[in-house]
Amino acid sequence: MSKTLYDKIWENHLVHQQDDGTCLIYVDRHLVHEVTSPQAFEGLRLQNRKVRRPELTLAVPDHNVPTTDRSKGIDDDESRIQVETLRNNCKEFGVELFDVNDKRQGIVHIIGPEQGFTQPGTVIVCGDSHTATHGAFGSLAFGIGTSEVEHVLATQTLIQKKSKNLRINVNGDLPKGVTAKDVILKIIGTIGTAGGTGYVIEFAGDVIKSLSMEERMTICNMTIEAGARAGLIAPDEKTFEYLKGKTMSPKGDNWKKALEFWKTLYSDKDCKFDKEVNIEGKDIEPLVTWGTSPQDVSPITGVVPDPANEKNEDRKMAMERSLEYMGLKANTKISDIKIDKIFIGSCTNGRIEDLRLAADLLKGKKISSNVSAMVVPGSGLVKEQAEKEGIDKIFKDAGFEWREPGCSMCLGMNPDQLKPKERCASTSNRNFEGRQGRGGRTHLVSPGMAIAAAIKGHLTDVRKI
Amino acid sequence: MEKFTNLKSIPSYLSLQNIDTDMIIPKQFLKTIKRTGLGKSLFYEMRYDENGKIKEDFILNKDPYNKSRILLAGKNFGCGSSREHAPWALSDFGIKCVVSSSFADIFYNNCFKNGILPIKIGEQIVVELSEYSKRKEEIEIDLETQEIKYGNKISKFEIDLFKKKCLMEGLDDIALSLDKISQIDNFEKKIKENSPWLSRND
Ligand code: SF4
Repeated sequence: MSKTLYDKIWENHLVHQQDDGTCLIYVDRHLVHEVTSPQAFEGLRLQNRKVRRPELTLAVPDHNVPTTDRSKGIDDDESRIQVETLRNNCKEFGVELFDVNDKRQGIVHIIGPEQGFTQPGTVIVCGDSHTATHGAFGSLAFGIGTSEVEHVLATQTLIQKKSKNLRINVNGDLPKGVTAKDVILKIIGTIGTAGGTGYVIEFAGDVIKSLSMEERMTICNMTIEAGARAGLIAPDEKTFEYLKGKTMSPKGDNWKKALEFWKTLYSDKDCKFDKEVNIEGKDIEPLVTWGTSPQDVSPITGVVPDPANEKNEDRKMAMERSLEYMGLKANTKISDIKIDKIFIGSCTNGRIEDLRLAADLLKGKKISSNVSAMVVPGSGLVKEQAEKEGIDKIFKDAGFEWREPGCSMCLGMNPDQLKPKERCASTSNRNFEGRQGRGGRTHLVSPGMAIAAAIKGHLTDVRKI
Repeated sequence: MEKFTNLKSIPSYLSLQNIDTDMIIPKQFLKTIKRTGLGKSLFYEMRYDENGKIKEDFILNKDPYNKSRILLAGKNFGCGSSREHAPWALSDFGIKCVVSSSFADIFYNNCFKNGILPIKIGEQIVVELSEYSKRKEEIEIDLETQEIKYGNKISKFEIDLFKKKCLMEGLDDIALSLDKISQIDNFEKKIKENSPWLSRND
């Protein structure tokens, strides 16, 4: 019988299936960070349980770490305790940790691929919803809760039911100035934040194939914003090329065996998806969000939508609330919206290619006098690479702050936060109320659009820069 | 885990759609290393003003809703971050059942691990139930029969049977899976033979 890529990975990991369809699936790779793991380790301790396969887990502090000078440690008591707790737990249970001052430290979803810890055909979990990022390698990767983290630590398995198959084809090619971030925003805008609920999404089509690994990660990263359990892309030569020689990638004979297997990871030609969605690449423009849900997208050439035109009452209410929170009036031109802050970073757009693209646009220019701007590289290795290429200098010369790696203003658990009513063009993934700081207003954009906004001081079409 | 028993309560109603886990429990409360004590911070930014003063007009701050054990909400409840702090906060506040026309996946699963019953039911019924909230009348949840009882009406709801069993008996997932240890052992043997590159003993 022909199978989808998701079907194949699922079957490969089935340890046990109950009559009612509840399954126990095996977990090949487990990532852990400081925020969602303390209670899980505590649970193990209380029950006198061990970590079954400590070498399959990799830990890193990322959410709480300061992005300024770290040599003095963390000021905030609670943040410091959380990072110390992770350190102690890793020691006690024998889990590998990339600690705060390790140059491999970074956002959990950036370091996995960077190290080759992430591999095609595997099941990868993490107590973090953006685990979907790793799906770019053709792995089944998804976020779990803390109780499930504890379950994985204790058993190296997870209790799951199979999701349905959804394929999203992005066909043709992309116009100039349109990037992976716009593609995923377009997808979320099209199917809605609950559009993927109950599904695992496979992204396919010529546009997806043409994307680099880093761009594919941007796409899969935000699958969760479309409500799906996971998003994945069939591995191909680009995937193999990316993984070749990475520290934790298979070596020698194992590489050959792995490669042979990885080449079988695709959806069979005549397999059936429960649902398919088609999107034409040529219809995608540079997008921004205007509201407080990632589905609230508009082309940069558009206007803020008018709730009065909305027929569904609940949706109308939600839009009104969003616009009030965002301090926006219906029918305002999107490109007239003034910006106070620029944030480039996060597991969506904090990789080297993102920084290269941004620096390319920024070269020789200055940020507008009404904005303050920061770049937070996704990992210590991204930062190092960027510095080697002189990218840091371009940013600094233009007026950006150049920071240490971490989640930073993507969620503002560390001191990097928006003030009430401050308006930010951000390359992160969530524009929820209060996400980047209480009362803060977030417009999600691609790195190029963030640079355009930085230079002009208002949301600006990157194609005009 | 605490067993889930029948519930009777005046429900609270938040008509808002897409209530995300950042709203349910904002980031500053994720710094805890404990599961307990989050109830007072539930829906923090809606419940308190910038100075930390209670907003008297927010539903969960008002009597009798501050004692609600059932929360009715707009669709796509619990979207966003995977933080289990969201169900921990709900549970600590006293809410043991959330009713909505749809839930985000991870939140939905997280509820069951914490003795909370998420009920997925038609939007129309959520609206009907919200009348009971407004009138401060009790509704009843019967998990055994999978029924919501209100006035002289009954609405049936669907639930995964295994999840139902775990909730009713307060079962420990990990213990259940550890019962299958020989299957896990066998599976790992198979990986070692067929996919040697996956073992990380480098
Ligand atoms: S960068 Fe943002 S979305 Fe990514 S893991 Fe960190 S907090 Fe989560």
